[in-house]
Amino acid sequence: MRYSWLNILKNGLTGQTGWTPAWRDAAPKPAYDVIIVGGGGHGLATAYYLASQHGIHNVAVIEKGYIGSGNAGRNTTIIRSNYLLPGNEPFYEWSMKLWEGLEQELNYNAMVSQRGVLNLYHSDAQRDAYARRGNAMRLNGVDSELLDRDGVRAMYPFLDYDNARFPIQGGLLQRRGGTARHDAVVWGYARAADAHGVDIIQNCEVTGFLHEGERIVGVETSRGPVRAKKIGMAVAGSTTRVAAKAGLRLPIESHVLQAFVSEGLKPMIDGVVTFGAGHFYISQSDKGGLVFGGDIDGYNSYAQRGNLPVVEDVAEGGMALMPRIGRLRLLRMWGGIMDMSMDGSPIIDRAPVPGLYLNAGWCYGGFKATPASGWCFAHLIARDEPHKVGTAFRLDRFRTGHLIDEKGVGAQPNLH
Amino acid sequence: MRIPCPYCGERDAHEFSYLGDATLTRPDPAAPDAEQRFHDYVYLRDNPAGAHREWWYHANGCRQWVKVERNTLTHAIAGATLARSAS
Repeated sequence: MRYSWLNILKNGLTGQTGWTPAWRDAAPKPAYDVIIVGGGGHGLATAYYLASQHGIHNVAVIEKGYIGSGNAGRNTTIIRSNYLLPGNEPFYEWSMKLWEGLEQELNYNAMVSQRGVLNLYHSDAQRDAYARRGNAMRLNGVDSELLDRDGVRAMYPFLDYDNARFPIQGGLLQRRGGTARHDAVVWGYARAADAHGVDIIQNCEVTGFLHEGERIVGVETSRGPVRAKKIGMAVAGSTTRVAAKAGLRLPIESHVLQAFVSEGLKPMIDGVVTFGAGHFYISQSDKGGLVFGGDIDGYNSYAQRGNLPVVEDVAEGGMALMPRIGRLRLLRMWGGIMDMSMDGSPIIDRAPVPGLYLNAGWCYGGFKATPASGWCFAHLIARDEPHKVGTAFRLDRFRTGHLIDEKGVGAQPNLH
Repeated sequence: MRIPCPYCGERDAHEFSYLGDATLTRPDPAAPDAEQRFHDYVYLRDNPAGAHREWWYHANGCRQWVKVERNTLTHAIAGATLARSAS
């Protein structure tokens, strides 16, 4: 069913009885052309683009829980393409472009809101680094503006400009950046993929892989074996655990990242603002809650909950940036498990085992990448060659030295 | 999370900084397959869901390196030994 104002009107007049489920609750068939393991944003986007761009409709998305129950439903919903390195920037910009047309393409309201992402700088050295990043963006045809203090003040007069330790000198602004409704992205891709014939199989855990010689030819699941010509893994957070079943040892550690939502408020922050002297990013949801977060906790974890030192650190960052939030109460806080790769950048590549494809290592930046990740992964699976904006995300870059280390901290995942 | 430092007793994890997997051993650079083994040593991790042996540095305490066994699913800590006595 196509969503339109006419349908809303019609159902409004007929007691809302005409709506149908947005996707079928599919049971696994014995075999598919492609299986995607993981029903998060990336997996569902991959299935959708396999069907819509490459004509491969006989696809299953196999999800252990319900779709979007992992990091797709746990992030702070920020979308942006303000990266420095040539391996990253064209990819994230392609993602941004897909975000811009996503709702029309999926016929689903993902609440994409290009409200601007502003990274604040607090020192001369940081200004220079941001100017460099802004210029790198422009070289890739992406919008960026370096604002001085007055430029920032005109946008956000309430920030603490004269903080004794971290005075705000200005900021790097990407006006096309913003936020999207994370759950709606999952639902929108699921609905659109389903309409193309993709089976979305929930509550079905992949427990192993089926081998034929060296090749992987299917998955063993809690609902029986399912065979496929090609199998894509998009299970960031659990990549190590799933890949281990295929005998792989990967350049990934799992870490916990916490996020926070305050009680609801009247509109007070109309964009995304990040504090440059610590690690703190904040926006306001349409429901009114302030959505914010900071660093990962910094130790290996699969627990989906963090500890108090980082809560304190995030709160301190918020207070240094905008003291007016000091008396707000937190409504919720939670943790998600990040695939922290060894250089802070993702992996979209063939696995060393034939038949298996990897989409992993998204660190804590996977949400904004959802459309392009699906686009590039679908391209790789369908054609067995990387898409041109995803060529840098190779698994063997750790061996060849072609690392994409945006932060320049080396093989220390808890510092990325 | 509180880490039982062998010198200082049970202290908040806040006082420590984290390095990572303590089961890795630095390969011999003179070995014929040193390149392969250094790649594995620097980049590849077991990343277990469950018991994990890991290095923590008690920066705001005794300034000793401590080898901690911690469960990555529950954050429960089974024990800690000093790095210099750890095998």
